[in-house]
Amino acid sequence: MLQGRHLLDPTDFSPEELDEIFDFADQIIQSPAQFNHLCDSSLLATLFYEPSTRTRFSFEAAMLRLGGKVVGFSEASSSSVAKGESVADTVRTVACYADIIVMRHPKEGAPRIASQYSPVPVINAGDGGHLHPTQTLTDLMTIRAAKSRLGGLTIGCCGDLKFGRTVHSLIKAMSRYPGTQFVLISPTELRVPGYVTADLEARGITFREVERLDEVLPDLDVLYMTRVQKERFFNEDDYVRLKDFYILNADKMRLARPDMIVMHPLPRVGEIAYDVDDDPRAYYFRQARYGMFVRMALIAKLLGAC
Amino acid sequence: MLTITSIRNGIVIDHIHAGLGIRIFYQLGLDKVDTSVALIMNATSTRMGRKDIIKIEGTSGIDVTMLALIDPNVTINVIEDEHVVRKVKPELPERVENLIVCKNPRCITSLEKYVPQVFTLVDREHGQYRCAYCDELYTVGKD
Repeated sequence: MLQGRHLLDPTDFSPEELDEIFDFADQIIQSPAQFNHLCDSSLLATLFYEPSTRTRFSFEAAMLRLGGKVVGFSEASSSSVAKGESVADTVRTVACYADIIVMRHPKEGAPRIASQYSPVPVINAGDGGHLHPTQTLTDLMTIRAAKSRLGGLTIGCCGDLKFGRTVHSLIKAMSRYPGTQFVLISPTELRVPGYVTADLEARGITFREVERLDEVLPDLDVLYMTRVQKERFFNEDDYVRLKDFYILNADKMRLARPDMIVMHPLPRVGEIAYDVDDDPRAYYFRQARYGMFVRMALIAKLLGAC
Repeated sequence: MLTITSIRNGIVIDHIHAGLGIRIFYQLGLDKVDTSVALIMNATSTRMGRKDIIKIEGTSGIDVTMLALIDPNVTINVIEDEHVVRKVKPELPERVENLIVCKNPRCITSLEKYVPQVFTLVDREHGQYRCAYCDELYTVGKD
């Protein structure tokens, strides 16, 4: 039963509950017009304390395509937060007006606090460098569509794994599927946080941390690319030395398996060359499309509309 | 050789990892009490090499949970009439509230001060706790 629940962490829902969402998203993809009025009388509030383009658009598009309406703010400075209002008070007030709340916040754990004060479902749309569970729903749906399964896959995560919340969420969610292995490709300075590797070790999941993408490409079923930003490096020399290791181009794609898929939460800023876009293994734009449908399914399920 | 007289009634916190005694001293607020207190640092120990010891005269109870979070290996000896009448080994609690402060500057608890600092035990063997909001790890005796 998903009605009335919060989604704060990608493991808040069981794999069976996730399948229920993915199955419903598949139904929407098959005949979207059939669901145009599913949430006619509902209102979604988007509380975006930091800028976002595609996640906010994706949620708004999802709600509008279900026939619902959207209110909200897209930066903290244009809200009561600028006057010093707490997350708890903002959420308690907004919940008087809206049926479901989507929150993005620069501080980690803010949506959890929101959920503790909200009588309506709260969806975490990204909290600092911590988690991004609806991106994970998108990612899992994409992998499921491409591979027809979620278990027994070797997932390569490449780029900034320290601050990359999409990667933290993906690892957490994929860890629950039997036979999953991870290859974590990043500069030493940008490796995944300790709590992520502690979880993997506790679950007995095979993973390795490496610095070079080209060395491990042939081993991967899925390559999940993320941005490596210059300002994340401690010095210019390291950035210059390492930046090319984390750029995927058509030459490197020759090393990959014919059925490997390339994913990216987008936006990309140079880490996937444009010459990869026409490769049938490039899944990142299909992934973005799945994002809207899976959010439609999620909203409808949490509202109890289906 | 330094000599500290024994206490008549009170508590001796023994087997403190060398260096952590001063932290326990302040955490227990012993700098503010008006009873006799001794903090012995770097005492010779056959088991530990070096250890710290705290002796507190005239008290029978202290916050054992907090002690466990700083150094779970300590022994608390309750003294009555100059004899040890009870030995207590602190146990790590499953959940602690407002005893550990999250060190992650990006954690929401650094901004919203009304929110309690909540940590849950994830690895008893290694004394590892996790922040309920941001998942930051806290290791007892190290952080």
